[in-house]
Amino acid sequence: MNTQTEMKEPINSQPEEKPLLKLKNVSKSFPGVKALDGVELDVRAGEVHALLGENGAGKSTLMKILAGIYQPDGGEVILEDQLVHMSSPLEAREHGVLLIHQELSLVPDMTVAENVFLGNIPRFANIFVNNRHLNERCGEILTRLNCKFKPTEKLGNLSIANQQMVEIARALVFQPKVVVFDEPTASLTDYEKVVLFGVIRELKESGTAIVYISHRMDEIFELSDRISVLRDGTYQGTFYTRQTNEDEVTQRMIGRDLDADIEHQPPELGAKALQVSGLGIEGLYSDISFDVHAGEVVGFYGLVGAGRTEIMETIFGLRKPDSGSVQINGQNLAINSPSDAIDHGLGLVPESRKEQGLVLGMSCKDNTTLANISEFTKLGWIDTSAERKVFEEYMDKLRIKCPGWEYSTLNLSGGNQQKVVIGKWLSTSPKILILDEPTRGIDVGSKSEIHHLIRELAKTGLAVIVVSSEMPEVLTVSDRIIAMYDGRITRCFDRGEVTEDTLIRAITGQTER
Amino acid sequence: MNRIIYLIKRQPIWIFVFVCIVFFSFSSPYFFDIRNFSNILVQASTIGLIALGMTFVMINGNIDLSVGATLALAASLAVGLQPQLGIIGAVSVGLLSGILIGALNGIIAWKTGVDAFIVTLGAMIGVRGLVFIYTEEQAFYAYDLAYANFGASSLFGIPVLALIFVFLTIIAHLVLKYTIHGRNVFAVGGNRVAAKEAGIRVGPHMLLNFILIGFLAALSGILLSTQMGASTPNLGRNYELWTITAVVLGGTRLTGGFGSIIGTLGGVLAIAILRNGMNLLQVPSFYVLIILGSILILVLFLDKRFAEPQGVGA
Amino acid sequence: MAFILCVVIFSLSTQKFLSTDNFLTVVMQASIIGTIALGVTFVVIGGNLDLSVGSLLSFATVLVVDLHDKVGPGTAILLMFVFTLLIGSVNGYLIGYLRLNSLIVTLGMLSAIQGITLVYSGGKNVDISDQTNTWFAFFGREALFGVPVPAIIFIVLGIILQIVLLKTGFGRKIFAIGGNATASLFSGLRRNRLVFSTYLLSAFTTGCAALILGSRVMGSQNNVGEGYELLVLAGVILGGTSLLGGSGSIARTVIGVLILAMIQNGLLLLGFPYYTQWLVTWVVIIVAVWLDIAAKRGKLFSTY
Repeated sequence: MNTQTEMKEPINSQPEEKPLLKLKNVSKSFPGVKALDGVELDVRAGEVHALLGENGAGKSTLMKILAGIYQPDGGEVILEDQLVHMSSPLEAREHGVLLIHQELSLVPDMTVAENVFLGNIPRFANIFVNNRHLNERCGEILTRLNCKFKPTEKLGNLSIANQQMVEIARALVFQPKVVVFDEPTASLTDYEKVVLFGVIRELKESGTAIVYISHRMDEIFELSDRISVLRDGTYQGTFYTRQTNEDEVTQRMIGRDLDADIEHQPPELGAKALQVSGLGIEGLYSDISFDVHAGEVVGFYGLVGAGRTEIMETIFGLRKPDSGSVQINGQNLAINSPSDAIDHGLGLVPESRKEQGLVLGMSCKDNTTLANISEFTKLGWIDTSAERKVFEEYMDKLRIKCPGWEYSTLNLSGGNQQKVVIGKWLSTSPKILILDEPTRGIDVGSKSEIHHLIRELAKTGLAVIVVSSEMPEVLTVSDRIIAMYDGRITRCFDRGEVTEDTLIRAITGQTER
Repeated sequence: MNRIIYLIKRQPIWIFVFVCIVFFSFSSPYFFDIRNFSNILVQASTIGLIALGMTFVMINGNIDLSVGATLALAASLAVGLQPQLGIIGAVSVGLLSGILIGALNGIIAWKTGVDAFIVTLGAMIGVRGLVFIYTEEQAFYAYDLAYANFGASSLFGIPVLALIFVFLTIIAHLVLKYTIHGRNVFAVGGNRVAAKEAGIRVGPHMLLNFILIGFLAALSGILLSTQMGASTPNLGRNYELWTITAVVLGGTRLTGGFGSIIGTLGGVLAIAILRNGMNLLQVPSFYVLIILGSILILVLFLDKRFAEPQGVGA
Repeated sequence: MAFILCVVIFSLSTQKFLSTDNFLTVVMQASIIGTIALGVTFVVIGGNLDLSVGSLLSFATVLVVDLHDKVGPGTAILLMFVFTLLIGSVNGYLIGYLRLNSLIVTLGMLSAIQGITLVYSGGKNVDISDQTNTWFAFFGREALFGVPVPAIIFIVLGIILQIVLLKTGFGRKIFAIGGNATASLFSGLRRNRLVFSTYLLSAFTTGCAALILGSRVMGSQNNVGEGYELLVLAGVILGGTSLLGGSGSIARTVIGVLILAMIQNGLLLLGFPYYTQWLVTWVVIIVAVWLDIAAKRGKLFSTY
């Protein structure tokens, strides 16, 4: 990866050339996954430096290293020519590096001002809170950020977007040198986005270095000065935004198609397994209609927050729809709970395998049979040997790497954990299987195995829905792709007609059919 | 008007207190009387003092089950050591014992990371053991009449015990509301990780609150023994449960991050008024237990219905 | 671990400790708290707490003793279980179906049940008039093959419930909801029902304990079970069941309760004052849980 050849000379005079923050050859591993491998990054004062990559490319790991949450296994972090070790977020803050989380680390029951000055509240007489000072100073910062809410407002009453502004306000208190934004627009409306970008530009003007993490091309090209690309934990080069284009960075980001060996035959369509008509929940999504046939894979592609997960949860009986209906095998059914859904042959591999997929403390075998434990019980008595047989069957079939059936899922790698969750649903012999972000945070090998598996499952006559935010994934596995934007279906593609460009347009709301 | 509705929403227990006062005033001629009100305050002070500390600890996201035992230990020491140390010396030792037990709980919770529920459950059993070993299961009597006289004394016509309780309630309210420490109590309870990341020293902070509640439990025990002119080894049994009940009635959230001294005062008064009023009406005290238990669950139920939005699986 | 340590220490220190007789005494002493702890273990594994068992024990004991003379032992026992389970189902409904916080609900129930007991008895202690000629004496005072019946009830119930916990679908589901309620929901488990049934179970075992207690004393005070809830929890915690739910076992609870009883028994045999056992219990509980946590985080001390 020779960065010099890829970076052409700047046309205009760029901001100061000397890097403020430099990462050299940084690596980080987790059990089973090499999250970062020899990553380089240099960020200059007064620039917006975008960090681009797919989910699982290592962006968030890198960001957590910057913020002191993780420590790198190898490599150096250099801030203003000094080698620094940031062993906690607190230390990172002392060095002037601040992270604006996706998961907000705020206290919902306290006021805006108290959150902004958390751990740092203005005092008088050393022990008392200087409320006037607190609210005034907070007010100044909020004005600077163009915020309409008051410092005395309770944080929990604010919208997510405004809470995010509070996070930013908090960063400003420390007059930071580097601010890292992690997907800050994921939950913002267009107007809020404009305000946020204004703030970021202002920060940049005042000489702060901004690291901006996102996978939304439009934003990155609108905002950034330079773009660094990560793929599968490796560094793919840095580009001046003005001298590159979306195609170039996209190619860098996606790279060679890993699953090129998946052959695509037109599916043998069976009967209509699932028909959704006019489904809607106020504030989440509306007017969702689609169908899935036995034997095909339908991909749901869209940005985080487009409403895909919520639709799947509704179909699975976890949410109550305000309108619309769900038909399974031609029958109108009321699915009020996951156990109803399971009875009707549905399976859902959820988005978050640790929170929703697995009971981590339990063994691989116990997790595998959890969704249909009653089929392994006679008069309440569990037939352990039948359970073991089933688990071992799936261990072979899915190539789960695990020392044995009694082994706790807590210690498995992400890929193997996900395979256990998939095994759990396959063991219920479902007719319709929904997989929500099936390969998020999983190493490349397992990813490709899971993609093959999905194709094979469809071949055996299963109706499969794959929800994904990764374009190569939906392109590889799907027979049809449904694109979503902001709670609506914007377009349905057949396999033949889809291009990356039209797909991107459909999920960013640039075209209407 | 909006402000009133806001206050009612925030402090529903005060409505209950108000309703109780109106109800008992009409149904008993003895209720609405300054002397009876002083009485109620004195009765409330025992649980009330501990509840002040419990409010800090619970907003912090912890709990202290050892307060009843601490109360008994302090009372026993303060009465039992009088022959050797005199009143002042014995009372000091009593207060010190509370501070030490609080500190011990706090340090264990901080350093070991064992949940405060378990730490103080252990202390509750162990400290009660200490009380029995020290007292040899005997009740102690304060032979110096000055001790019991203090418990019955008044200042400007108001019982001293009531004054102490009111005074400390005001102090606790001010500390919780207007000091840095008080603000951090909410921060630590509301989001411990965020508080730690923001540079608040969570461990020492919690330690301080455990010391506070230990001190208040000891003080409460000593004042209780001045009322009785004696101490018994079984003093304060179940008080931890009563205290938690009062604090939760006052709207402090069990999981931490939310609550107030005003609310706690409401909870404490609700219990005291209910007991006092029922007593005046000659209702057997058993019914008070049933009513209190039901109210506690009802408050929880209402809180859940109106406070929480419905999410996945709710 | 701690169990073996206890046995070894006390055996070395006093000859009497290791005799069969003494062991039976220990089991006998542990039987009331232990029997309750069996049911509470299910509640705790399911991710909840039950602080109302002490009050419930008082209630059930007063009820069965009082009814004994009025309707005869058989009907008395039946009625006692009916009402005890009824109260258990109130707990279960509030916590399982309405999803209220279990600590506060059972705290409220602790007080309410205490009140109900007092209202029922009118504040008076109850006893059985003819204490020698009733088969009710069987549960607390007699022995089968030289083993006291309370010990048999405790151990047999323990074995049955251990099997239920480990070998049945019900037990497996309890582990799952306690371990990860969300994932269990996504797997189609019905949390409401499962939590409800754990409270029925704890009410049932409390009823069994009341049988032993009532029969042994042949009478009852209104507050006989006061403070038991926390001793029961101490036994459960000592057995290594996590208060967060999702892990634990009946066998370990039995061991936990036996450790408590052994500390009591051993210290007495060694001639320590009676209440020394409580001091030792304090230390043992905290150290046991601490070591457990320290092993999980890989560090002895926490980092805040």
